[in-house]
Parts: sequence; C-alpha cells; structure tokens
Amino acid sequence: MTATVTAPARRRGFSRKAVLPWLFLAPGLLLALVFKFLPMGKGIWLSFFKVRPFLGDKWVGLDNYTRVLGDHRFQDAVGHTLVLGVGISLGAILVGFLLALLLEGQARSLKLVRTAVFLPVVTATAVVGELWRLMYYPTSDGLINNALGFLGIGPTQFLDNPGTALWATMVMGIWMGAPYNMVIILAGLAGVDRSLYEAAAMDGVSLWQRLRYITLPAIRPALGIVLTLAAIRGLRVFTEVYVLTFGGPAGSTEVWMTRAYTLGFTRNDIGGASAASVVLLCVTLLLTVTVNHLRKRGDVR
Amino acid sequence: MSAPVIEPVRAREPKTPAARPGTAQRTTPARFDTALGWSDKPGLSWALRVLLCATALAIFAAPFLTIFSGAFSTNPSGSSLSFLPHHPTLLNIKVAGERGIWDYFTNSLVIAGGGLLLQLVVSVLAAYALARHRFRGQALVLTLFMLTMMLPEEVIAIPLSLVLGHVPVVGLDLKGTVWAVILPLGAWGFSIMLLTEFMKDIPTEIEEAARIDGVGEFRLLWQVILPLCKPALGVAGVLGFIMIWDQYLLPLIAAKDPTDYTVTVALSILRSDPQVGSGVVLAGAVIALIPSLVVYLLLQRSLVTGIAAGATKG
Repeated sequence: MTATVTAPARRRGFSRKAVLPWLFLAPGLLLALVFKFLPMGKGIWLSFFKVRPFLGDKWVGLDNYTRVLGDHRFQDAVGHTLVLGVGISLGAILVGFLLALLLEGQARSLKLVRTAVFLPVVTATAVVGELWRLMYYPTSDGLINNALGFLGIGPTQFLDNPGTALWATMVMGIWMGAPYNMVIILAGLAGVDRSLYEAAAMDGVSLWQRLRYITLPAIRPALGIVLTLAAIRGLRVFTEVYVLTFGGPAGSTEVWMTRAYTLGFTRNDIGGASAASVVLLCVTLLLTVTVNHLRKRGDVR
Repeated sequence: MSAPVIEPVRAREPKTPAARPGTAQRTTPARFDTALGWSDKPGLSWALRVLLCATALAIFAAPFLTIFSGAFSTNPSGSSLSFLPHHPTLLNIKVAGERGIWDYFTNSLVIAGGGLLLQLVVSVLAAYALARHRFRGQALVLTLFMLTMMLPEEVIAIPLSLVLGHVPVVGLDLKGTVWAVILPLGAWGFSIMLLTEFMKDIPTEIEEAARIDGVGEFRLLWQVILPLCKPALGVAGVLGFIMIWDQYLLPLIAAKDPTDYTVTVALSILRSDPQVGSGVVLAGAVIALIPSLVVYLLLQRSLVTGIAAGATKG
C-alpha cells in the first residue's frame, strides 16, 4: 500500500526540495487520513442522520443527540464512567505514588521488585481481565475471597453483584494503572536534588514536611503528565469493562463506550452510536485542552 | 491540544552524586537517597520496607503465578487456586489447541509483526521529514499527528468499522483480513513524535558531511540517520508492540467471523464455551501473555525509558 512513495522522482524540475518532505510524510498522512480522520468526519456526519441500510440515510438534525442524551441508560452510564474514570485516575496516582516512594533507589533488589510490580502494565487488558476473574472467583476458593476468609468475611460475589461490580472494575483499573504511574513518578523523584533532603534534615524538618515541601513540588510536572493521560483514558474506558463485566450485572457497570458499542453493533443504531461517540470526543478534547491549560498556568507560577 | 510532552530519549544521567553509588563523589549518607529516607542497614525501617515490598509483590506480581498454575492444573476451579499447579497437566493447553488457540495466536503474531513494521517505517519516514526538513505546513502536520493520539479506536469505532468494510476511492472490503487491523495502527502519533524529537537532536554536521559526499535522501536516512536512532527505535518498537498486542476493540470490529480474532479477543470465545473449563481459558490467557512477557523482559530498559519520557499505553 505504501510503495507509491518512490514514484514521482521524475518531477525533478518542479522544485524538488519542496516536494521531498511530503513524500516522506505521505504514508503517515494517508493512513491517518483514511483510518482516523475520515472515520471521525464520517462519525460526525452520521450523527445527524438516521442510518437505514438500502433505504438511504435520512437527515434528522439533532434527533440522535437528544435521544442519546435523554436515554436514561446513557445517563446512568455517565455516572458510572465518571466514577470509574475519577476513581481509577486518582487511585492509580495515589497507589503509584506510594509504590514509587517504596521502591525508589538504586539497589539491585529494588530493581527486581520494580520489574515484577510493572508486569500489569505490559499485560494485555484481555489477559488482565481473565486474571481478575480468577481473583474475584465468587466462592471461598477464590483468591480474594480466600484472603477475606482469614479476616472472617464471607465470600463475596464481586462481579455478579450490582452493588460491588463497579468497585471491582475500579480496583482492576487501579491495579493496571498504578505501576505505570510509578515509573513516571520515579523519573520525577530521580530529579530531586539530594542536598535539599540533607539540608532539611539539618533543619530538623519532619518527614511529612519533607514530602510536602521538597518532594511534591519537584514531581509536580510528572504528576501533570500522569493526570492528563489518566483523564483521557478514564473517560473512554471500554476494554476493562468489556472483558470483566460487559456492563452487567443489571447495567451496574455500563459505561459510555460500552453503551455506544451496544447501540451501534448490537442494535444497529449507527446514528445514535455516532452521536454518542461525538459527545465523548468533544468532552475528551475539552478535557485535554483544559488540563493542558491549567498545567501551563501552574508551570508559569 | 497537545498530548503529553515528549522529551527526547537519552541515556539518562543520574542527576546527583548520591544517585551514583560507589563513585568518589558520593558524600551523602544513604538516607538522603530517597524521598522517604529509607535506611539500607538492617533495622526497623529496613524490616518495614522488606515487608511492604513483599506486599507489593503479592498484589502486583503473584496473581500472574496463579494464571500459570491454573493453566497447568487438572481442576483449577476448585481449591487449587494456588501458586503451584495441582496435579500438573498439559491437557488444558491441548484442549485450547483443539479450540483453535494456535490459529488465533498466529493471527496475533502476523498482526503484531506487520503492524509494528508498518508503524516503524511510517514513523521513521514522517519523523525524518518533520525533524530534518523545513517546509510550509509543518506545524499543521504536527498537529494532525498529535490529533491521532486523541482519536483512539474506542471513539471512532463505529464509523471506522464502516470504513473498513468499504475503503473509499479504492472500494476495498478489508474486513476479515489482517490489513483491517494493521493499517489503522500504522499512523501512531506517539511513535512519530518520539522519533521526531530524537532526530532533531542529531547534529546537522553529520548530515551536511554526507550531503557533500553526494549521498541521496533515502541513503542518508537509511545509512546515516537511522543507525543513530537505535535507542529511540527500541523504545518505539517495544511500546508499539505492547500497544498493538493490547488492541481489543479494533480486532473485534475488523473481524468478519470469529476465526479472524486475535488471541486476546478469542479468550472471550473460550470463556463462553460451555464445554471447556476455566483451566482451558487460563491456558489461552497464558499463551496470550507469553509474547508480552518475552518482549518486556528483553527490552525492559527501553520500555521504562520510553514511559518516563511520557508514553501512552494504547
């Protein structure tokens, strides 16, 4: 597909220097155009239509949007998405920070522990899903239920209970995200000037003050990156839910994207599903711009 | 609009003398090496740290042992959810093989190999243009590539599935072929940005010297620039592999029927098969896990460097 790049060499007379960069950019631009921007444009276009195979699409204006935004299952999904997105983002940052504090250092043994703790990040989400199904095994044999048994808590049906399924999904999300944040925060911690710690010790500063006034300011740029990434990922959460609960039980873990997926692929409501995707896209863009803006302002100060 | 700030990947120098133990400059005691002031001598603080490390390992790493033990156990749904297999057996792998797991695995390997190759070629070419040439519209192109990072498959899944079924202009139906997964993965903004930043740091003298010798553009890229980019290529390669292996929705919508699935998506088929037990599902999970493990353990340094430089997973 990409072999066409070498062809127009004969247009030498026509300012070769100006054409050259575009030859190198052509494969990337072409692929991005066809498989990213065209679908985006098509999605926006279709969100204004009632899509009917064989009959032709019918313009319905904002009907799809009002239908999606008025649908109570989508409204429930907004809540779940926010709870999951915020919970996973903040939880993963907190746990990642604690892990980084624990595992900071140059010792070989610490490097080994870091290598092992990082495993959840490189594992495909689908495999992580299977792993957590095993951990959440609903009888007392299950790994977590077994551990809870020692504490005298009876077996819980984590994934089959509408009251716990969303929290169970959140815990899995934090588990996947925390070691990733750990690496970014560790990079931030490595940049802290050691003499500051020493000076602080001489001034008799407490451990808490040391963290609050030396460590945290130093890793703030790193935390900014983590937060941006987490916010974007949090809202489009899909695979985690799909492999673990697929929105169930009783819609208790339905998020925006699983709802849109069901609408588009199971119920064949392409227009409605497109409208839902466009809404998500706009919110994601808005969020990224806002977070970046806040971060820039924070850096200037 | 900009996604994470990507800094050039370099071999990171330890910033302070204390971070370089064993050198003559080391003056500060170990308790100033870390934010929490951990001591490296046996004592209360040391014991607490060991205990906490063990807990972290139990939470983040031990579950992987249970998949392995479950995959090789005769009856993993019972009380055998332990760290060692119960009545070790290869039967689960064999049954998973009969359910076509190796075909799915082959699909995955072809997609990962082809996707990664395409991704790297596209990124190197685009990065070369962006880093080593000045032209009109450069800023626009950069913004476009950054935008591709903002358009994950989840958000454009529904229209993308229509496009894959009928690619405009050429009118091809890609669905059911590996191309339907490989091509959408080709232009990955992150990889392009990473290589661009890296190539910008290569001194222009090297390039000019080669040009004076009459070296053409493609040879310049292939024989002069590319060999200097090896560290960045390692990072882009390992992150690209993990990103491609993690794809779930894309193979799902690109498939015409379940035989087109990748191994990660096929796990759901095994799970919903009433005739096979959880041991077989776990065997499938192990098979899907091993390539990521191998890549991670071999290229760990590149991966950690890349993420610290502001990578995104998926």
